[in-house]
Amino acid sequence: MTIPSELIKISDTVWELPVTYKPGMRVPARIFATEKLLREMDDGVFEQVANVAFLPGIVKYAYCMPDGHWGYGFPIGGVAAMDPQTGVISPGGIGFDINCGMRLVVTNLTYDEVKPRLHQLVDAMFNRIPSGVGSAGFIRLSPEDFKKVLVEGSRWCLKNGYAWNEDLERTEEEGAFPGADPSKISKRAIERGLNQVGTLGSGNHYCEIQVVKPENIFDEKLAHAFGLTIPNQVVIMFHCGSRGFGHQVATDYLELFLGVMEKKYNIKVNDRELACAPFHSPEGQDYFAAMKCAVNMAFANRQVILHRLREVFSGFFQKSAEALGIRMVYDVAHNTAKLEKHIVDGKSRELLVHRKGSTRALGPGMADLPLCYRETGQPVIIGGSMETGSYLLAGLKTGAGAFYTTAHGSGRTMSRHKAKKMYRGESLQKGMEARGIYVKSTSWGGLAEEAGAAYKNIDDVVAATEQAGLSKRVVRLVPIGNIKG
Amino acid sequence: MPYRFREDIAGGDVAFEATGRTVEELFISAADAAMNVMVEKLETIRPDQKIEFEVAHSELDMLLFRFLNELIFLKDSRQLLVRVEKVSLEKRENIFILKARGYGQAADPLKHPLNVDVKAVTLHRLSVKEIAGEGWTATAVLDV
Repeated sequence: MTIPSELIKISDTVWELPVTYKPGMRVPARIFATEKLLREMDDGVFEQVANVAFLPGIVKYAYCMPDGHWGYGFPIGGVAAMDPQTGVISPGGIGFDINCGMRLVVTNLTYDEVKPRLHQLVDAMFNRIPSGVGSAGFIRLSPEDFKKVLVEGSRWCLKNGYAWNEDLERTEEEGAFPGADPSKISKRAIERGLNQVGTLGSGNHYCEIQVVKPENIFDEKLAHAFGLTIPNQVVIMFHCGSRGFGHQVATDYLELFLGVMEKKYNIKVNDRELACAPFHSPEGQDYFAAMKCAVNMAFANRQVILHRLREVFSGFFQKSAEALGIRMVYDVAHNTAKLEKHIVDGKSRELLVHRKGSTRALGPGMADLPLCYRETGQPVIIGGSMETGSYLLAGLKTGAGAFYTTAHGSGRTMSRHKAKKMYRGESLQKGMEARGIYVKSTSWGGLAEEAGAAYKNIDDVVAATEQAGLSKRVVRLVPIGNIKG
Repeated sequence: MPYRFREDIAGGDVAFEATGRTVEELFISAADAAMNVMVEKLETIRPDQKIEFEVAHSELDMLLFRFLNELIFLKDSRQLLVRVEKVSLEKRENIFILKARGYGQAADPLKHPLNVDVKAVTLHRLSVKEIAGEGWTATAVLDV
């Protein structure tokens, strides 16, 4: 790839495309990355982050995180804060998979206790957590009940016996964005999502058993505060979102915005995927209320999967989930837009922060954090590839410059098609097994596409976020078992 | 094969280019391409259920967008993998109206070696074009 000659080095981890890069940019674009990561980014990142800077109402900078790569409209890893009075809301700044996110759960089991029966445990998870093309969840919902899920998110799960009280405290926004309005959702979206609560999906979505090795702890005190207290402790991490439901919401509003953007609001964008509407327009407000439904559906989806995991572990080890200490560390959203207060040029302002393939990362002492993490800063869960490992980080006060946002994963560097040509699912599974990772998937092809070599080096990505002051490394998590669709 | 996957577009997802002598043939090829992203061998989808649907739009590329979205909708709402056999197209008052007929079978990993789930059709480089003397070609990128 070619780094644009206009790119200015601001520091070792901050790079800027000035407004002169493309006529029409309202603010400069800034990329957080080391020089090595910058050189690995595809051309699309520079073009797309510059296109985001065209959007009306954008404040300060269009940002891209260190794991940034080409996306639709916004790059993956894109962040844009809009003035709600003058700015727009864009489904392309949130992503199709609304509130795709990560959840990390601890157990009080150790690697030695799990290792002898790892295969059976992973098989049990695979059999009980639906994944892959066309899979349906175990909860049967009427459209009216499903609408309650859309409004209440994790609270619906608590009322219906799928959550513990403390789970909600440890979920971003307590597992429900206020203001979700199912009347803004199409019948088709409801029909698509109705039987998808409690399903993992496919692609890069997974559920993984991981180990916290003592040599991989970067910050003992924070690790302890996040519930990682036992040497070689076993944890569970999973990644999934609002499934077909969220995609239908995004598709419906993308079409709606395309119809009004230019004709009604005279907004021109460089890419149809950046379709948008003024935040305070009827269309903008309808999308915001519909997006929140998808956010809440995704929180409920991950909560029901946690419920299923507790059942599986409890049955497998013949102990209650409480006795096994299956407790949440945190649940973070990747693809959302949220009204938040930030200090801009010394003044407190309310901003509509779009985060696409990036994670909110609040620093210590911030009021929006649950009491249990008020002193530590927000836990940030960064999923790597199934072969290489993942990270738990913590938000930092110095993250203010990026509206308290950090990376979300390792980011692809190889196309799915190429990965599938280079690797075979069956031999990849055998090779991983020889290295102590047992993976089970509904699809050999899908497995090959997720080979570790298709992704950036996760160690480089998280180190860059730390160097840039966006988040701090707490522990590196090593995979031992994985299920995927 | 009347479609091919393009690895030079949207590496994190799946892009395809479909062709047909007519627009109708083009849409059938595009349906097979989208289905082939999810199912390794299309011939494993057996005719358990008849499928009929209709989509309309004033632009051909957005008509393809809606047509492919219908297939994704059937997969998620009824768990059906679909083969489109016949497409008919007419234009009424500047609106294209497409009627599709085919069959479907419930997705089952034991019957259908599965690939990766298609979750949305994107607008990125979405196009439907006529190439003089050669017929029709379409490009679409699917979010997986």
